[in-house]
Amino acid sequence: MSVNLTLLTVMGALYACGIYLILERSLTRVLLGLMLLANATNLLILATGGYAGLAPFFSKDTDPAAYNDPLPQALILTSIVISFAVTAFMLGIIYRTWVLARQDEIQDDLEDRRVAATPSFDAEDDAVIPVETSEFPLTMLGADGAGVSDSPISDAPVPEAPVPAGGRTISGEAAVREEKPGSANVEISPEGGGK
Amino acid sequence: MSLASLAPLAVVLPILGAALTFMLIRHSRAQRAVSIALLSLTLLLECLLLASVWDGGTEAVNIGGWLPPWGIVLVVDQFSCLMLVVSSAVSLAVLVYATGQGMADGDQDAPLSVFHPTYLILVAGVSNAFLSGDLFNLYVGFEILLTASYVLMTLGGTGPRIRAGVTYVVVSVVSSVLFLIAIAMVYGATGTINMADLAIKLAELDQGTRTLLHVMLLVAFGIKAAVFPLSFWLPDSYPTAPAPVTAVFAGLLTKVGVYAMVRTETLLFPGDSLNTPLMVAALLTMVVGILGALAQSDIKRLLSFTLVSHIGYMVFGLAMSSAAGLAAAVFYVAHHITIQTSLFLVTGLIERRGGSSSVDRLAGLAKLSPLLALLFFVPAMNLAGIPPFSGFLGKLGLMQAGVQLGTPLAYTLVIGGMLTSLLTLLAVARVWNRAFWRKPEDAEHPDPVLLAHAKDSATGHRAGKRNVILLPRTMVGSTLGLVVLGVALTVFAGPLFQVAGQSAEAMLERSAYIQAVLGEHAPVPSLAVKDSALNGSALNGGALNGSALNGGQK
Repeated sequence: MSVNLTLLTVMGALYACGIYLILERSLTRVLLGLMLLANATNLLILATGGYAGLAPFFSKDTDPAAYNDPLPQALILTSIVISFAVTAFMLGIIYRTWVLARQDEIQDDLEDRRVAATPSFDAEDDAVIPVETSEFPLTMLGADGAGVSDSPISDAPVPEAPVPAGGRTISGEAAVREEKPGSANVEISPEGGGK
Repeated sequence: MSLASLAPLAVVLPILGAALTFMLIRHSRAQRAVSIALLSLTLLLECLLLASVWDGGTEAVNIGGWLPPWGIVLVVDQFSCLMLVVSSAVSLAVLVYATGQGMADGDQDAPLSVFHPTYLILVAGVSNAFLSGDLFNLYVGFEILLTASYVLMTLGGTGPRIRAGVTYVVVSVVSSVLFLIAIAMVYGATGTINMADLAIKLAELDQGTRTLLHVMLLVAFGIKAAVFPLSFWLPDSYPTAPAPVTAVFAGLLTKVGVYAMVRTETLLFPGDSLNTPLMVAALLTMVVGILGALAQSDIKRLLSFTLVSHIGYMVFGLAMSSAAGLAAAVFYVAHHITIQTSLFLVTGLIERRGGSSSVDRLAGLAKLSPLLALLFFVPAMNLAGIPPFSGFLGKLGLMQAGVQLGTPLAYTLVIGGMLTSLLTLLAVARVWNRAFWRKPEDAEHPDPVLLAHAKDSATGHRAGKRNVILLPRTMVGSTLGLVVLGVALTVFAGPLFQVAGQSAEAMLERSAYIQAVLGEHAPVPSLAVKDSALNGSALNGGALNGSALNGGQK
């Protein structure tokens, strides 16, 4: 197969410029790069048709060997239409990026950055399992829940003053006991925990 | 005149539907009716096509009366019909889901009314790619579906979608340019782009040129199929799109790439020397993909990574180029389209009910909506490959084929596949534990919707906004339909595996395809190369060097 050297040189230059441009961060340059790549490819397809010849199927007298190969031209026509549509769409979203972010640059994926910055320690999966793992009411273990609490009862700040609760006031000690699981005043929910 | 001559309708009907729905753009109810009706009709037609080739057989349809090596042909065989039926069933379910979502949210606004025409064009592009028997027509099919997908990806034009859309468009265009370059080089080398004709003519080329063309095509399809290391774009762009759009992309677009890879490997370059690199790529796709999934806290992103990871299984089956491996790959593609799509649809429902798709912010959904939990649990276990389900059967088929092949690399892949399966189970179990199983109090910054009263769980109202049905019946119904289809793949796995096996043998044989397109008397090149490929890569390297030398001497 014989090819036109000029076509090949131009094609190579277009590919080089196109690849350089799509590696930029500016979207407009990326678009220009894509257009150059598409056109370079069109030239490549044209080159596969060999040297230029007569228009095919024009007259019955023409020798078939003198015809130009019509298929690459049909392919180029299709690919021009497709790249036209894609270019129009790209222009649309570049404009939209400008309207939204006031910048003509490719933006980072924030969620990706967040996941990358997340420490490998996961509070849910890797934390030490807390003492209270039972679904059963804790009244079975200790009468007032003092023995099974995560923090000893002495550490808890005990309010001295009576606490108003609903319509009445109750003593501070009783109020603390009220907060504990297994309190006599708390209804046991179907899952076992107090409400 | 046989039934197969109706095959062009699989492409024409959705395009007709797109035109009609575009004209009905102001009448959303008529639009919905037309698009669902035409897609159902397409599905029915494709079921008929599948029934006509169920017992084997390949038929070619010449478009516009031009004879095969010059004109465009559509080829109907078991593999393409199976893909058509599965993809149309899935896209119909997603369409119903999307219209349900649209009706529930009451959006009659202008930008979303382009959804129906664009969606139907996407379906037409997918059908065209599956049916095409011509390399350039395959390119056109890809472009139709990609251009439609650009629009769907950036639907609504919000900031994150535009950002993701830019990456997606640029990567897709680059892969399309690579494909086009490959087509130009194929045409320059052989003077034809008809795939059956190429199967004969490519065999006459010297090994160096063949390898170059082969690599070009595989890279172009590898980007579309998201094979590692060409998968970087997928988890970045898919999760931002609306739930039904992500679902249909996850189900169909990557599988079209896999389909094109299968055709390249079996029809154009049978038993070529690239099986070893493909196997390594498959292993890396599986393992790297699933490790990415484990790091995610957003369900959509997690599923995008599992999608990449499970593409590795299909490439594994393909790279073995044995009948057993290919059959398992065909079955796995059908299984994975259904399962991955239903998981994304369920995620859309989770997002509606829980107000977020981040597992940190979700909790207690199993109690709030047991149906939702069931809808997630079944496909999730199916994806992970828990025994009764089709995911297990597909993986089992692949493992058996790998053990049958018996090379060290194949054993490595079998182990890698099992590991990936277990890690998939871990990934979906984490979602299950957090979003469904733990108490609502344990969620970090839960959305007010999640904490809404339990009595509203089925048809509850979004807090603070105007009344919105949280789990509309249409959306739940279509998801349920797809989950049931996934279970049906398990129940009917026997006949399905039989068809997959037959189609794999037909694809490896190649004579049916070539003779259906080019006529009874077309010469079918021998598969002598194939046997040496199975015996290991060292031999192939020798063959490659030998032919390169020969080429030099000429």
